[in-house]
Amino acid sequence: MAKFFAVTIIVIAILSAIPILRHTWVAPEDISTHGALIDEQMSETMAEAGISFLAAQFVLAIFIWKFSNPGPDAKLKNFPGGAKGLVIAAILVVGVEVMALGIFGVKAWANVYLTPPSADALPIQVQAGQFAYYFRYAGADGKFGATHPEMINEGTQNIFGLDPEHDVDARDDIIAAEMAIPVNKEVHLLMHTKDVGHSFYVRELRVQQDFVPGLDVSLHFTATKVGKYEIVCTQLCGLGHYNMKAYLEVMSQPDFDNWLKQQAGQ
Amino acid sequence: MATTVHEPPQIDSRRLAGERHSGNGAGGGIVPDGDLRVAVEYSPPPSSTAIWVVLFAITMMFAAFTSALVVRKGSSLDWQTFTLPSVLYFNTLVLVISSVTLELARRRIASFMVVLRSQGESPARWLYVTLFLGVLFVAGQYVAWSQLRAEGLYLATNPSSSFFYLLTVTHALHVLCGLGGLIYVIRKLSKSVLRRNQLDAAARYWHFMGILWLYLLLLLRMKL
Amino acid sequence: MHDMSVHAGQHHAPPTSFIRKHVFSLDHKVIGKQYYALALVAAFIGMFLSWLMRIHLAWNNAAIPGLQLLSKTGAPGGVMTPEYYLQLMTMHGTIMVFFVLTTAPFAAFGNYFLPIQVGAEDMPFPRFNMMSFWVTFTAFLVLMSSFFLGDGPTLGGWTQYAPLNAVGSVAGPGQGLGVVLWMASIALFCVGQLLGSLNFITTTLDLRVKGLSLMRLPLSAWAWFITSCMGLTAFAVLMPACILAILDHVAGTSFFVASNLVINDQIQPHSGGSTLLWQHLFWFFGHPEVYIAIVPGMGIVSHVLLANMRKQMLSQRTLIYSMGALALLSYMVYGHHMFVSGMNPYSSLAFSFPTLVITIPSTIVVLIWTFSLYGSRLRINSASLFALGFISMFVSGGVSGFFLAQPSIDIMLHATYFVVGHFHLVMGVAAMFGIFAGTYFWFPKMTGRMMNETLGKAHFWLSFVGAYCIFMPFHYLGMAGNVRRYASFVDDYLQPLIPVHRFITVAALCTGAAQLIFLYNLIHSRFRGEAAADNPWEATSLEWSTATPPPFDNFGGKHPVVYHDPYQYGVQSSVGDYVMQASPEQVKSDNEEK
Repeated sequence: MAKFFAVTIIVIAILSAIPILRHTWVAPEDISTHGALIDEQMSETMAEAGISFLAAQFVLAIFIWKFSNPGPDAKLKNFPGGAKGLVIAAILVVGVEVMALGIFGVKAWANVYLTPPSADALPIQVQAGQFAYYFRYAGADGKFGATHPEMINEGTQNIFGLDPEHDVDARDDIIAAEMAIPVNKEVHLLMHTKDVGHSFYVRELRVQQDFVPGLDVSLHFTATKVGKYEIVCTQLCGLGHYNMKAYLEVMSQPDFDNWLKQQAGQ
Repeated sequence: MATTVHEPPQIDSRRLAGERHSGNGAGGGIVPDGDLRVAVEYSPPPSSTAIWVVLFAITMMFAAFTSALVVRKGSSLDWQTFTLPSVLYFNTLVLVISSVTLELARRRIASFMVVLRSQGESPARWLYVTLFLGVLFVAGQYVAWSQLRAEGLYLATNPSSSFFYLLTVTHALHVLCGLGGLIYVIRKLSKSVLRRNQLDAAARYWHFMGILWLYLLLLLRMKL
Repeated sequence: MHDMSVHAGQHHAPPTSFIRKHVFSLDHKVIGKQYYALALVAAFIGMFLSWLMRIHLAWNNAAIPGLQLLSKTGAPGGVMTPEYYLQLMTMHGTIMVFFVLTTAPFAAFGNYFLPIQVGAEDMPFPRFNMMSFWVTFTAFLVLMSSFFLGDGPTLGGWTQYAPLNAVGSVAGPGQGLGVVLWMASIALFCVGQLLGSLNFITTTLDLRVKGLSLMRLPLSAWAWFITSCMGLTAFAVLMPACILAILDHVAGTSFFVASNLVINDQIQPHSGGSTLLWQHLFWFFGHPEVYIAIVPGMGIVSHVLLANMRKQMLSQRTLIYSMGALALLSYMVYGHHMFVSGMNPYSSLAFSFPTLVITIPSTIVVLIWTFSLYGSRLRINSASLFALGFISMFVSGGVSGFFLAQPSIDIMLHATYFVVGHFHLVMGVAAMFGIFAGTYFWFPKMTGRMMNETLGKAHFWLSFVGAYCIFMPFHYLGMAGNVRRYASFVDDYLQPLIPVHRFITVAALCTGAAQLIFLYNLIHSRFRGEAAADNPWEATSLEWSTATPPPFDNFGGKHPVVYHDPYQYGVQSSVGDYVMQASPEQVKSDNEEK
């Protein structure tokens, strides 16, 4: 029974590792400038976690195999080195390794969150609401019109609560239900939600950020590959949560300019 | 370790000393602490420990409310300050005096426990005074709430008033529990079955309510 | 004079009426069993809900026969609506975290065995102890009652994030009265556990018998003590948070609801509240809660392993210090749940490092367990199998913490099935294995009968393999970016992953069915099991010195005196290779010198 148990542990450990080694299920290819560091951090952590996982399971299995039901004559022994050795090993090997990971990881985090967007980044406002995203581009004047929550009306499609009659800045604002951005140009995303908490998750962009009711959150990134990607909500927001999504289209600069013109015409 | 028989540990003399002053229980029918059984001989009575546990939990609760207040005030533009009703200062005085009277009562009872007194002098007198002051405090708090309501400040009027009611009402509820404790002590005393540590626990709780109130008053003055 | 005195806990007379004996009992053993029964019922309800959810995820349009009887609106014709999925998910999480993982290993076993392991007749405040159970039970009823609301229970998840938890029914089904009942239930639960913690702490500190110094306490007793200290701090913070949320609901205050929220084109009548405030308060409780669920398991597993290894741990002290370190650190790391919540990005880094430091005590605990096996005479039985399985599960669930502790990686993995896999393995399955190990080990003492070993082993094999089949794939799904809390997978990206979900669902149904073996074994052995001896495992701690099952006052009017450290295994004594804590016999150890 014990030997069978030991073998089971080893088989499970190996089977668990196979999909990871074979990259059966992995995140889609990165299309951002900051994502490479995150991916690197991920694979380094995977190496360390994987080794720790396999080592711990194997040692456990071996000891179970070797020391179960040895009969009454078996001499009791203690592991040479005792607890002190193990504590030192835990602190030196695991502790230092993990702390090192953490320290290297700071750079990947800082890339996304601790650097300001460049001055010429394209500002786009995204408004999340139950259960859709809307995007707003500032238009020719480069200024966003002020929003008035009391004027939000989905019936008349005044999604952001703009007041173009009295507000010059709002007149040329472009509103779209999907997000288009030019490739290789930094985007400065201004995030706000009109109701509850939501999130903005684009796997390929290596971006995930919650919307916080009552707060304006900002995020910046640069996409490097033309294509169509999904934006999905990852913060439980109500019954339509599973279906809250929009598309992100990364275009060449001319395509983007055309798209913007088209949207403005509508 | 090779040899494994150890003597039972020595009785903690510090703990015993702490219990010893409660007397040998000869007088007044008041039962002393301690038990003849070995099991608890070297342990403090659980109510001494328990009261600290209770006070810790209450502290955590008010710490949570405090951090909520600080965060809520820091993150909002809608915070309106208002002047605290002046009856609160009177209430503060009442609560502080009640702590003093409770200490007086505790001394009386302590000496009552050691020396047999004549039946005429009730050691509970100062307890009744404390009880009265406690009720007066709660009544005073009620006056403060009524005054604020008369000014149109309700629980939901503004975050500042929300926190005012929240903190003062929660505190008042805890004071009511303290009053319950005092009544319990008085009843035990009248039946001559009061234990020293029960009295001490009730007293610690009561003093803590005073300290907590002083803290809350300071917090409300600074933040509202 | 004794009835209401401080030592009443040790002196109350045995009750005679049925109600005082079995229902409103002051006896810690009865209360422990009541907690166990509550956890058992809750666990099967929670598991049943997970079955429904898994079936819905794998076969989205499949009608589940009879489900419409449970909720006409939630499952018309037996097909679950998205909102009903979320409601079941919320209830599954809440029931499992609060009413199973907190009550079974901590409140149930702790109540039964802590007083016996310290040699006391009862807890010091038996009335509080009785209240603790009945308040918790009421909390459970309040939670379950929300199933019968017109629009069902809350759908906000067990974390109940603001402002979804506070704006009311306009935000979705169950967000009105459903949330209020949830908050009330959890606030009551906090009261119950605070009362319990009060008793646990005072029992450990004040009621130890002669000779039982703190360092001579069994590891299980230490674990319960540490857990009660954590619970005292955590539940005292969650309760006020729930009160604030209830006030936002019913009194119109704005603690958590921000200004100008627009739902259905209507501005909500709240202003200026802070969403992140709820998250901070919740996770200040929420992270320690993970350790409240797992630390008792660590203690139980150590206790069970020791009796089956027939030798001492490499270092008892190191284990105690590590559990203490976990408890302390658990309060400094809660922000790792909020890396992408919009919290200050520097705070994320500040929370990241203590989180990584937690790996050290966790690793130490695992290393001590594993390397103590070296040179042992390991006995294999249901209890020890589950204890060993616990180690394996704890490692598997633990290493994924390496990823989630780092904010940069969390950008990818946050709110995916990776997180779900992580916490299910480490606080769900591992903690359940701890409960099972404790059950197989202590059942003889609690009932006077042995559990069936063959059924126990069958239960173990199916659970062990099954749990890996369910939760390992969760990690893969998460790495591929499969978002959690989705009622169905309609994205183009997620469609290809549905076969994996089907595999998981089949595994979950089988593993769940295996738990019925346990239930049968439990009930059957309770009445028909082989009679148990006083000390069937040849174990050393005080619970094995007394009769099986223990008499009303635990030791039959006598008070044991403790002469030894708790785990004197591998010695030569008159009874075998062990010597009881309460035995004055002087023996020489078989162990090598340390």
